[in-house]
Amino acid sequence: MTAPFHEPADEVRICGACCTRLVGFGVTIGGHRLLRDIHLHLHCGEMLAVIGPNGAGKTTLLRAILGEIPHTGQLTFTPFRAGSRRPRIGYVPQRLDLDRSAPATVLDLFAAALTRRPLWLGISRSVRTAAEGAFRRLSAPVMLDDRLGQLSGGQLQLVLLALALAPRPDILLLDEPMSGVDESGISRFYEAISKLRREYDLAILMVSHDLDAAASVADRMALLGKGTILREGSPREVLNDPATRSLLGYRAEVRAWPAIPKETRSPHSAESGGPEKRKQ
Amino acid sequence: MNAWLSTVGGSWWSYAFMRHALMAVMLVSPLFALIGGLAINHRMAFYADAIGHAALTGVAIGVLLGLPNPASAILAFSVLLAVLITVFRWKSAAPTDAVIGLTMSIAVAAGLVILSRGGQFGRYMPLLIGDILTLTTADLVLLAVLGLLTFLTALCFFNAVFLTTLNSSLALSRGIPVRSLELGFAVFVAAVVALCIPWLGLLVVNALLILPAAAARNVARSAGAYFLLSVLFGWTAGLIGLWASFRFDTAAGPTLVLAGGLLYLLTLLIRALRA
Repeated sequence: MTAPFHEPADEVRICGACCTRLVGFGVTIGGHRLLRDIHLHLHCGEMLAVIGPNGAGKTTLLRAILGEIPHTGQLTFTPFRAGSRRPRIGYVPQRLDLDRSAPATVLDLFAAALTRRPLWLGISRSVRTAAEGAFRRLSAPVMLDDRLGQLSGGQLQLVLLALALAPRPDILLLDEPMSGVDESGISRFYEAISKLRREYDLAILMVSHDLDAAASVADRMALLGKGTILREGSPREVLNDPATRSLLGYRAEVRAWPAIPKETRSPHSAESGGPEKRKQ
Repeated sequence: MNAWLSTVGGSWWSYAFMRHALMAVMLVSPLFALIGGLAINHRMAFYADAIGHAALTGVAIGVLLGLPNPASAILAFSVLLAVLITVFRWKSAAPTDAVIGLTMSIAVAAGLVILSRGGQFGRYMPLLIGDILTLTTADLVLLAVLGLLTFLTALCFFNAVFLTTLNSSLALSRGIPVRSLELGFAVFVAAVVALCIPWLGLLVVNALLILPAAAARNVARSAGAYFLLSVLFGWTAGLIGLWASFRFDTAAGPTLVLAGGLLYLLTLLIRALRA
């Protein structure tokens, strides 16, 4: 059995009107060159999965894009008919290091991120409305009054995804989104991601060690190793490449999982979210 | 209120020093609730304790410099230590609690060595122990000012610090200057602890900073309730503690801390019953 590979050209139409670019991107810390010569283009509506062995620099790449550690080279976002700027980043962290008793609700998280009014002075109606909207955009159940510490791994991932979309980012960064999440949580998460891509033309960069899942949802794949991008292309090309096999010990026989229904990847992103729509 | 307190607690309310002590607790509880809650979120309870202990070195430096009042030396040293610990935490791979522990040991030892030279150590102890029963009206005004400053600072930064304590990368992705905020918060906690120690004493400062917030954490569901319950528990511990210390003729500060400890056990029980 083979993985549900697909070629981006025939299934997901990438609008291409705006673009996030990493040009000559690198990271050097304490004299050690952790990343070098990274060139990546990411178009709206496109999902790029970055794979690689442990220690290849996947996390370093994310942290550098986030601005947590300094980088060399350029990171720019070019919106439709406008000059380049640094992209607005929506970030879904791998996990929140929460203790289960932490007194904070999902609504608290949204209010803290969206407003300045201290949480102990009450949370305004508009925050609740915005948060509800974010959950609805994902077709996820609204769980604003649940405590963060009580959520399952999958629920927490959905909450973080919803938060990353408010306000709307230029690019979405997913850091190992499926770690610590059970199977039903994973498929629900990817359904939400597919819906986002389809309806909002969002560029997504995902770092993942789960090759099967990455192959089934991403349009393109990049293999990170020895501090740079070794291979880039369709998931099929990258996974079948000898470099990938030797680096990851990957076998081409993979499970067809998680099953993302074909129709959720229908190519109407070009009509629903043309450049005009994105200008608002 | 006056009559009620008199009937409940006997004549304790008629003493100005008891009224001052109670007012001090009323003033610092909201201030400590703001800082304490965030400090626990950020796993900084031990840090606050270490800063408190290091006040000893502040006193010693004040003595060496021949300052008439050690309060400014305590403040300056605590802020310096806060910056050092925070930067060391960022740069060093060592576990945070180890960094704090070793910094505290060195600071306390240095303070003791300097102060014990010539056998004068006993003279400086009151500065560290403080006494909540010796507060003057002027002290209360200063506490109120400190409380107001904290409130205003929290108006601007509370949510950003809250988000940073949940996940710093997430906070960063939302444009929050995480590093500056972490440093600012660490310095703020250190300054508040240092300023309160000569008035309230090491034991009371650290206990009132952490105990009410820890108790509130057991029962609160939301961030808002966390803060409000912390304030309420601080006040309750103060009221019960001061009354009990008068009634049973015990030291006010430690009795107050024990009252807070009892409240904590109670909330633990409530939490267990809920589960």
